[in-house]
Amino acid sequence: MLALRSIAAPTQRQCLRAAPRATVTILLQNQRYYSSSDPVAKFNGKKDSSGRYTVSLIEGDGIGPEIAVAVKNIFAAAKTPIAWEPINVDPILKDGKTAIPDSAIESIKRNKIALKGPLATPIGKGHVSLNLTLRRTFNLFANLRPCRSVAGYKTPYDNVDTVLIRENTEGEYSGIEHVVVDGVVQSIKLITREASERVLRFAFQHAQSIGRKKVRVVHKATIMKMSDGLFLSCAERLAKEYPDIEFDAELLDNTCLKMTTDPLPYNDKVLVMPNLYGDILSDMCAGLIGGLGLTPSGNIGDECSIFEAVHGSAPDIAGKGLANPTALLLSSMMMLRHMGLGEYADRIEKAAFDTLAEGKALTGDLGGKSSTQDFTSAIINKL
Amino acid sequence: MLSRNSSRAAQRLLRTAAQPSQRLNFARGFASVQDEAPIQTIQSDIFKPTKYGGKYTVTLIPGDGIGAEVAESVKTIFKADNVPITWEQIEVSGLDNATPTTRTEDTFKEAVASLRRNKLGLKGILHTPISRSGHASFNVALRQELDIYASISLFKNIPGLQTRHKNIDLCIIRENTEGEYSGLEHQSVPGVVESLKIITRAKSERIAKFAFSFALANHRKKVTCIHKANIMKLADGLFRGTFNRLAQDFPQLECNDMIVDNASMQCVSRPQQFDVLVMPNLYGGILSNIAAALVGGPGVVPGCNMGRDVAVFEPGCRHVGLDIKGKDQANPTALLLSGAMLLRHLGLDDHANRISNAVYDVIAQGAVRTPDMGGSNTNHEFTRAILNSMEKAL
Repeated sequence: MLALRSIAAPTQRQCLRAAPRATVTILLQNQRYYSSSDPVAKFNGKKDSSGRYTVSLIEGDGIGPEIAVAVKNIFAAAKTPIAWEPINVDPILKDGKTAIPDSAIESIKRNKIALKGPLATPIGKGHVSLNLTLRRTFNLFANLRPCRSVAGYKTPYDNVDTVLIRENTEGEYSGIEHVVVDGVVQSIKLITREASERVLRFAFQHAQSIGRKKVRVVHKATIMKMSDGLFLSCAERLAKEYPDIEFDAELLDNTCLKMTTDPLPYNDKVLVMPNLYGDILSDMCAGLIGGLGLTPSGNIGDECSIFEAVHGSAPDIAGKGLANPTALLLSSMMMLRHMGLGEYADRIEKAAFDTLAEGKALTGDLGGKSSTQDFTSAIINKL
Repeated sequence: MLSRNSSRAAQRLLRTAAQPSQRLNFARGFASVQDEAPIQTIQSDIFKPTKYGGKYTVTLIPGDGIGAEVAESVKTIFKADNVPITWEQIEVSGLDNATPTTRTEDTFKEAVASLRRNKLGLKGILHTPISRSGHASFNVALRQELDIYASISLFKNIPGLQTRHKNIDLCIIRENTEGEYSGLEHQSVPGVVESLKIITRAKSERIAKFAFSFALANHRKKVTCIHKANIMKLADGLFRGTFNRLAQDFPQLECNDMIVDNASMQCVSRPQQFDVLVMPNLYGGILSNIAAALVGGPGVVPGCNMGRDVAVFEPGCRHVGLDIKGKDQANPTALLLSGAMLLRHLGLDDHANRISNAVYDVIAQGAVRTPDMGGSNTNHEFTRAILNSMEKAL
């Protein structure tokens, strides 16, 4: 209907240009998942001869190996068609720059998907953060951060269910800085139309795929009229291509204020924003539901995507079997959905949330006494 | 009536007599570092506010949105308490449709001139348009023009006002004149925009020193520097490095630093751990909004902007409130408490105490509250209740 209308009135050049895409919109409306001819960041992985997808697994440091085992056991119990390929990403210095080993790059490029535990950035060896290195190596332009209240863990905020998408490659974290004269530093926030359109398009498509009707851009265009203004104007233009999604924009200050006052009105929206704002707000949302131990994260790129636990590597409890695997498990649910294995994700997620809600087998960070093993077994029993 | 006036006169005499030994709790003490050194006050010569015939002249900029309404209730309450202040009211507006642009810029210049002259101001928030053709933020321009570099916002749970978190008492000190709000932007080629964030050692030093002195003068224990030096290694690195270097001169204070994303997460989960926070411009905007939401919204957060010469008092969480403009729903608490800070800055402590006690009293009783505090009363009714409470207290 909407497509017909825009084809029927091609008086403006805008409409003519939008027409081919409008046809795609009909498909999207009927099917509710990536079906556009050029979806952003579609998963292109292939099954192997035994019908399984191979996933590169970066276990990470500290508690990483323990929580990775928990996830592997749960996946095996749920009979998910996934084969794991463990890889090592210990940083190396290549031409004076931090890089990850070629074998790891090849593995992720081949499998197009990876699951990653917490990594500790080595201090004092001149390394850039490994997370940043991975993001740059694979051009992972969007960071997807959903936060959902966990029934078994009480915080001052109930029923939070936010979805936040952050531009991941430029903005304030462009890394372009210099000392102009001694004592005067200039740091450049870079906003480009290309990167903005890419992440915004992903936001609209993600909203469609998870069935949310509203996309909201968070910006500070009152002060940064050109840079955030560009991001905002890209969004306004792209919004016309997604007539089934309601689009609006909100000032960063208002978002911070309203989300902290009452996060519930954000439960039907997808928020999308430049790098720094996304970084701060996504961690704030994690704070609303009880911290990074309960929040999954996905780094989405056109070529491949990496799903990860964003919490620290907790060296103090490493190897003691006390770690909470929830964040990595929820990230792997996001991964399954990204791969089109939503039915497995739904089952495992229900089992995990039920276990947390019962509160019998909680790990120490959630106020329980159970070990990682007990918590994992409880979820497996539910399956 | 007569007795009230005479008792006030007596109080004033007493106060003048007690002046030299007085240790005041806010802002007047920031210029002095050591406890033993004489505290710089309005009476000493670094600020010279205009005082004619026993009255101070203060610039009043009501601002856009709810500004006019809350400024009206401040004026009413100050008048009822016989505060020795003459307002010099200037109607600046950032709204596009307010007046022709040239006129708007003229009033803005007039406001700057007035603030320079009076050295003291009470200000609402001015609207800033999003469109690129629109003018730059008058709020930011004013701060840069007058070099009022330190923004102070106080976040404290008000007794009787229910919030999700309890026992919050934190103070955000925000660099006001550089950082992300430098206003330097350019388009390198179409579709590629660069926006400059400027951090200088001089201004970082200035704000860090201010924060330490403020903490000492107000008997606070801990100062936390908020930054993102893990990513912006040079810019925020300079800010953090300067803070840490200066912290060594203040061994009596506990000093630490925290990355801004972690700080915002801690703020919504365990805000009680914070005391004084000092940070560059943009992070201040973000955290002050988060903190305001924790204690009951922008309607109850007072604040001020301090410079070498000029001090402008304005609500600590800067919202214009265009959506409730003209509906008589605005909460004047933020501007009233900012006004009380202004009075303390002038050494008019009894006026300040009377007014702020009356405000807290009305909120604690809970019978009369504006909608943002969960009540259903109008701004006028709330103001009336404060006046009644002041009347009773006498």
